[in-house]
Amino acid sequence: MEIVGQLQKQYVEFSTSLYREGFLDEQFIQLQKLQDESNPDFVVEVVSIFFEDSEKLINDLATAIQQQVVDFKQVDAHVHQFKGSSSSIGANRVKNMCIALRSFCDEKNLDGCLRCLQQVKHEYFLVKNKLETLFRGISHLKENIDSFFSFLIHHFFRRKK
Amino acid sequence: MELCNCIEPPWPADELLMKYQYISDFFIALAYFSIPLELIYFVKKSAVFPYRWVLVQFGAFIVLCGATHLINLWTFTLHTRTVAVVMTSAKILTAAVSCATALMLVHIIPDLLSVKTREIFLKNKAAELDREMGLIRTQEETGRHVRMLTHEIRSTLDRHTILKTTLVELGSTLGLEECALWMPTRTGLELQLSYTLRHQNPVGFTVPTQLPVINQVFNTNRAVKISPSSPVARLRPTGKYMPGEVVAVRVPLLHLSDFHIHDWPELSTKRYALMVLMLPSDSARQWHVHELELVEVVADQVAVALSHAAILEESMKARDLLMEQNVALDHARREAETAVRARNDFLAVMNHEMRTPMHAIIALSSLLLETDLSPEQRLMVETILKSSNLLATLINDVLDLSRLEDGSLQLEIGTFSLHALFREALNLIRPIASVKKLYITMSLSPDLPQYAIGDEKRLMQIILNVVGNAVKFSKEGGVSVSAFVAKPDSLRDPRTPDFFPIPSDNHFYMRVEVKDTGSGINPQDIPKLFMKFVHSQPHATKNSDGSGLGLAICKRFVNLMEGQLSIESEGLGKGSTAIFIVKLGIPGRSNEPKLSFVHKGTKNQVKPNFSGLKVVLLDDNSVGRMVTKGLLVHIGCDVLAVSSGDECIRVVTHEHKVVFLDVSMPGVDSFEVAVKIQEKFSKRVDRPLIVALTGNNDRMTKENCRRVGMKGVILKPVSLDKMRTALSDILEHGYLVESQ
Repeated sequence: MEIVGQLQKQYVEFSTSLYREGFLDEQFIQLQKLQDESNPDFVVEVVSIFFEDSEKLINDLATAIQQQVVDFKQVDAHVHQFKGSSSSIGANRVKNMCIALRSFCDEKNLDGCLRCLQQVKHEYFLVKNKLETLFRGISHLKENIDSFFSFLIHHFFRRKK
Repeated sequence: MELCNCIEPPWPADELLMKYQYISDFFIALAYFSIPLELIYFVKKSAVFPYRWVLVQFGAFIVLCGATHLINLWTFTLHTRTVAVVMTSAKILTAAVSCATALMLVHIIPDLLSVKTREIFLKNKAAELDREMGLIRTQEETGRHVRMLTHEIRSTLDRHTILKTTLVELGSTLGLEECALWMPTRTGLELQLSYTLRHQNPVGFTVPTQLPVINQVFNTNRAVKISPSSPVARLRPTGKYMPGEVVAVRVPLLHLSDFHIHDWPELSTKRYALMVLMLPSDSARQWHVHELELVEVVADQVAVALSHAAILEESMKARDLLMEQNVALDHARREAETAVRARNDFLAVMNHEMRTPMHAIIALSSLLLETDLSPEQRLMVETILKSSNLLATLINDVLDLSRLEDGSLQLEIGTFSLHALFREALNLIRPIASVKKLYITMSLSPDLPQYAIGDEKRLMQIILNVVGNAVKFSKEGGVSVSAFVAKPDSLRDPRTPDFFPIPSDNHFYMRVEVKDTGSGINPQDIPKLFMKFVHSQPHATKNSDGSGLGLAICKRFVNLMEGQLSIESEGLGKGSTAIFIVKLGIPGRSNEPKLSFVHKGTKNQVKPNFSGLKVVLLDDNSVGRMVTKGLLVHIGCDVLAVSSGDECIRVVTHEHKVVFLDVSMPGVDSFEVAVKIQEKFSKRVDRPLIVALTGNNDRMTKENCRRVGMKGVILKPVSLDKMRTALSDILEHGYLVESQ
């Protein structure tokens, strides 16, 4: 009981901090709203797809940027995709970094692009970390709640006997 | 000797005399017999003879007379008694018939005489009728002339033509020597000779209006004969000839306002023109009544035609004026539109062009900070970062202000913690205050709710601005901030009588007072504070950074939040207090954050039922596709999500009601997809409605979408409510009422 309360508090504080620090924005809240009984793992699914997609995009970006003759249009296309998916998820800082990266691409500034790409990766891994922690926390919480209820029921039945 | 019963003639028969008598009697008898024959013959020939009976009598009389004379022939010699008897009876008969005839004639002859008189009478009558016929014909001719004249006069709406035509036609109809029209001058005190028939250019003769002869003519609506020597009739330099008879008639000059049906006979206008007509001098013609009547009728018609012409002139002038004004207005509108477009373009450019480098500067400066730097370098980079943040704020402020003025700014409502908000704001300001050695105190009243519903970001901006100003303009002392729930009576500020805040179950009004011990403000300068780009304190230039936009923007935000912002100060050096009241929602009472700018009335909280609505979604970004699909599924739609344009065109059927196309896909031309889908269903009435999803809010995208026939544009990222509103709009109206 106490543990549940504590975990809850921790979870709330953590997720609030994510919003406060700009890792996540309003869109993530919208995503959570779409989860219901008919679609219980929606958020986790979407986030997983986001992780897959992003990793692929980052690899493509790295490849494209390391070419002899860099095709900035191609780079821009990838960044556009990344920006789109991060904004759909609500990964705010990643999205902002993508915007900055796009401007470097427009100017065909290779050094700028390289540095900004690093920053994008950095932000992405940060938010990935945070989201994974969040989900772990959720599952942990779930587990605890489940065990708490099973304990209650067990106890109750024992009592009854 | 008397063997025969003969009768002796009374006297002895003389041979010669007897012979003559014999012959005469014979001829008389002949004549007497032939006269009736002639009579019968001619009467038979003529069909009409009323006195047949008389003729018969007369015939009998003549026949008998003839017979008598014939029988007389035998009495000249010895004749038998029979002859004598026949003779006697013939005579007796003759006597009878003659007497009867004589008696009859007494009756008949007066009749016959009277026939004669009747004949004369009828002849007179015929002559009279002939005369009258002549008169009628003349009148009809006159009528025809009038009609023709009227037609001529009415066939033009130009004054000069009307008047000239009148004179010409009158001249030709009546055979006039001269015809002239005198028009009143502007003052009405004189009549000026304006038009004549024979004179080519009437030189400005004028006569005063108050002449007795003119008054006489003006006082009646009939044509009046005037003396040829009166001033209006003396049109030629006095010559040797004697002018013919002259007639003058008044022509009323009517104004628009005179056209009331009931006032027509009594004209209230006093303006008349004078028409003078002169007969040829060398003929002995006189003015006939019908000619005068003609002149009167024509004068009336001229009056009407002139007023029509005047009305037409006025309306043409008015129309020309309107057209000019229209053109000017159009020009001004186009100029204004150009200005607005220029401003919007400028803003759009600023939006993108200025924000992008800003992001780059900020990003790179923060990157730089994380590398190894010497203390001086660190200081420099921090300054760069601070300045660029300021610049970013400025850009945002300017853009916000323009959007505020446009009315296109919308509050982003959400639930937030009031305490946290205030704490954060003050944390941001505290360092600056402590550098200036100013204290900052905050007191939040306990009756303020923990959480509130409102635009957190903008409220933060307001607090930062107001408190920041307080700190800026204080050199010593400090700033105290207090916030509490405003009570209804304290809400009524006598200075702003039109602010009527009414708290309700779902909302409360929060009042925040920020008192500072700073330099104070001259009460007269207070209105200037809220004006854009005006620095209220010209002498505090060293420390005043800030565009001068801050308070103006804050005031607008506060107004958007249905509140009020005011600043009080008792004078220079006495500090100042800024007070603002904003309306915030109470969470838990009404859970859906209402959009404060709901446009065309889709404010119903009832969630529309989209269950089973078949839609198609095209997005090549897998994450985005999944999110949007989840959104639509959550609303209740039956979603078919595809990732390529061709697949989209293939799978759309007539059962799908809406097709969502992401138009920011780089590799796919969504507009072409839209066109192809329209073509696929061009024959059907119930074709799917196409909606664009995009992250670009610029006009170009919207225009392109509209051009290919998309019914609306939805801005990503899409929230649940936005999608619901948009879908219900689309299904209800067939297009998005306001593209979100």
